[in-house]
Amino acid sequence: MAVVIDKLMRHMPRTLFEKIWDDHVITSGAGRLPLLYVDLHLVHEVTSPQAFDGLRAAGRRVRQPLRTIATVDHNVPTDPRPAPIRDPIAKRQIEALEANCREFGVRLFDMESSAQGIVHVIGPELGLTQPGMTIVCGDSHTSTHGAFGALAFGIGTSEVEQVLATQCLPQRKPRTMLIRVNGELGPGVSAKDLALGVIGQIGTAGAAGFVIEYAGAAVRALSMESRMTLCNMSIEAGARAAMIAADETTFAYMKGRRFSPGAEEWEQMVARWRELAADPGAIYDRSMEIHASELAPFVTWGTNPGMVVPVGSRIPDLPPSAADRRTAERMLEYMGLEAGTPIEQIRVDRVFIGSCTNSRLEDLRAAARVAKGYRVASGVRAMVVPGSQQVKHAAEKEGLDRIFRDAGFEWREPGCSMCLGMNPDILLPGERCASTSNRNFEGRQGRGGRTHLVSPMMAAAAAIAGHFTDIRDWRFQ
Amino acid sequence: MQPFRKHQGTVAPLYRADIDTDQIIPKQFLKRIEKTGFGEFLFNDWRRSVAGASEPSFVLNQPAFAGTSILVAGRNFGCGSSREHAVWALADFGFRAVVAPSFADIFATNCAKNGLLTVAVSEAEASQIARKASEIPGYQLTIDLETLTVEDDLGFSSRFTIDEFTRHCLLEGLDDIALTLEHEADIAAYEAKHPVPAAWQV
Repeated sequence: MAVVIDKLMRHMPRTLFEKIWDDHVITSGAGRLPLLYVDLHLVHEVTSPQAFDGLRAAGRRVRQPLRTIATVDHNVPTDPRPAPIRDPIAKRQIEALEANCREFGVRLFDMESSAQGIVHVIGPELGLTQPGMTIVCGDSHTSTHGAFGALAFGIGTSEVEQVLATQCLPQRKPRTMLIRVNGELGPGVSAKDLALGVIGQIGTAGAAGFVIEYAGAAVRALSMESRMTLCNMSIEAGARAAMIAADETTFAYMKGRRFSPGAEEWEQMVARWRELAADPGAIYDRSMEIHASELAPFVTWGTNPGMVVPVGSRIPDLPPSAADRRTAERMLEYMGLEAGTPIEQIRVDRVFIGSCTNSRLEDLRAAARVAKGYRVASGVRAMVVPGSQQVKHAAEKEGLDRIFRDAGFEWREPGCSMCLGMNPDILLPGERCASTSNRNFEGRQGRGGRTHLVSPMMAAAAAIAGHFTDIRDWRFQ
Repeated sequence: MQPFRKHQGTVAPLYRADIDTDQIIPKQFLKRIEKTGFGEFLFNDWRRSVAGASEPSFVLNQPAFAGTSILVAGRNFGCGSSREHAVWALADFGFRAVVAPSFADIFATNCAKNGLLTVAVSEAEASQIARKASEIPGYQLTIDLETLTVEDDLGFSSRFTIDEFTRHCLLEGLDDIALTLEHEADIAAYEAKHPVPAAWQV
């Protein structure tokens, strides 16, 4: 009976997610969770050492070394290389990854590699991230890879060990949510603002238990970099994963990359990828629409990414309910702000342009366009951290580093850097930062640090003005 | 994995929404390459001043909650980073269960892999448990995974749900990897039909 129903289901219109899910479920026996095959496993230094230890203790090997790719990103210094890692514990962690990759035969892009970078930047740029794949990594922002029409999600270290050992994961089937974004984004309104707008609207747990599929004209119009930004931030709405069906934009981005399908099988793969798009009439567990024209450049004011307002507005009044009021008061106290303050009057001490959310070439171009011909405001320290060696190299080739340096920004080596402050790039207590990263949690960028999430253009403008300012009024030089 | 069947313990209230894993275990402690020793750093930035002095107002620093093994928290507990270190820290500190209106997905999965039970109750129930834990010295809950009940000695009783597979693994303390490898033939058959992409084999 179950088999018959399953066959019937396969003839019903399916969503993008359902097609990939069905293609990867190996078994779904009674009393067990469906077992999902993993096509690509990305590994970094922070969430993997205990997993490799587990393999060793059990006498297990890495089942599919060719499907496992490692790099160092979370705690690498962003000083000019080769530079010694001064933090001995960070050094030990990086060396542990090197030793583990050697022992288990896993390909590693280490600090000296021209392909090193943030794991969610290098997967796509190396052509590893492909439509229709299941992709996991011991990092919550793995949702980034969904921009290519892949099912990609973050896992914990126990699951890292499980995937290393078995290339499979028992998974509860998530529910599906369609977010259709109609119209087009206005000038100065980026994918980051769209992402913040979604989180502001549905809340930090609004998509918990769901896989989001983004559709609509405004999404189709986005570049791959912008789609990655949008999918990347979806975890901040609690989503298990986020995805966008592959199209011509995807194929054009992927063609000719190092690990993309070669010329001899390219057309065949593209034809297969096209079939993954949701069927007409596919049913989602939940659907919502957003009008792109109603979005503005956003700035977060609190200590979670749902606390977001348009740059032209003020910090909201305290909510009426006692519990919500206490939460808001606590956030404002931590942030050193008061309800009713105009966002554009908030001054910044630091600016960070980087992270797996916004450190790709398009992001750096957007920020450089704003910075060109200006100087960083006195008293502000601003840094640009490219997402990968490839991004850094491409940016330097077109002179973006010069624009940033001339404007007084620091131009640094690739890594996660001040997004989470595991390396020496951190905020000091009380410092306020305009950041293109993804989390404004207490202490995220350094204990006592105050983070406001913004787009790359808004961050660059804040660096120059010394306070938040509406990028739509910017005089480009 | 340590099995979870039934547990009775003192409840510590930390009733705030959206407690993220950066709070549970701040990133400066993620550089260790072992699974042990994280309990000392649980909620570090709330427990200690920058200089390292204990913050007496923080719940886990209060003598009344010494030896606590059940945490009650607000909705969306464990959101943010996938770091399993957050679960290792809670378990190492002595927690066996967290009770909250909802949990972030990755965090809940990580808990299940480490024998730490996540008990989802209604907002009203979580609020009530948190209030009692604040007001009644030594307030305890009993959580029974076999009957899927959570109750106290004062007449509160509620049922919770958990998927059958996770429950089974927790009750028996089963290793997921060994269970998965029971499907070796299925995995191998799948791999035979789905070879590693040609461009990756260089």
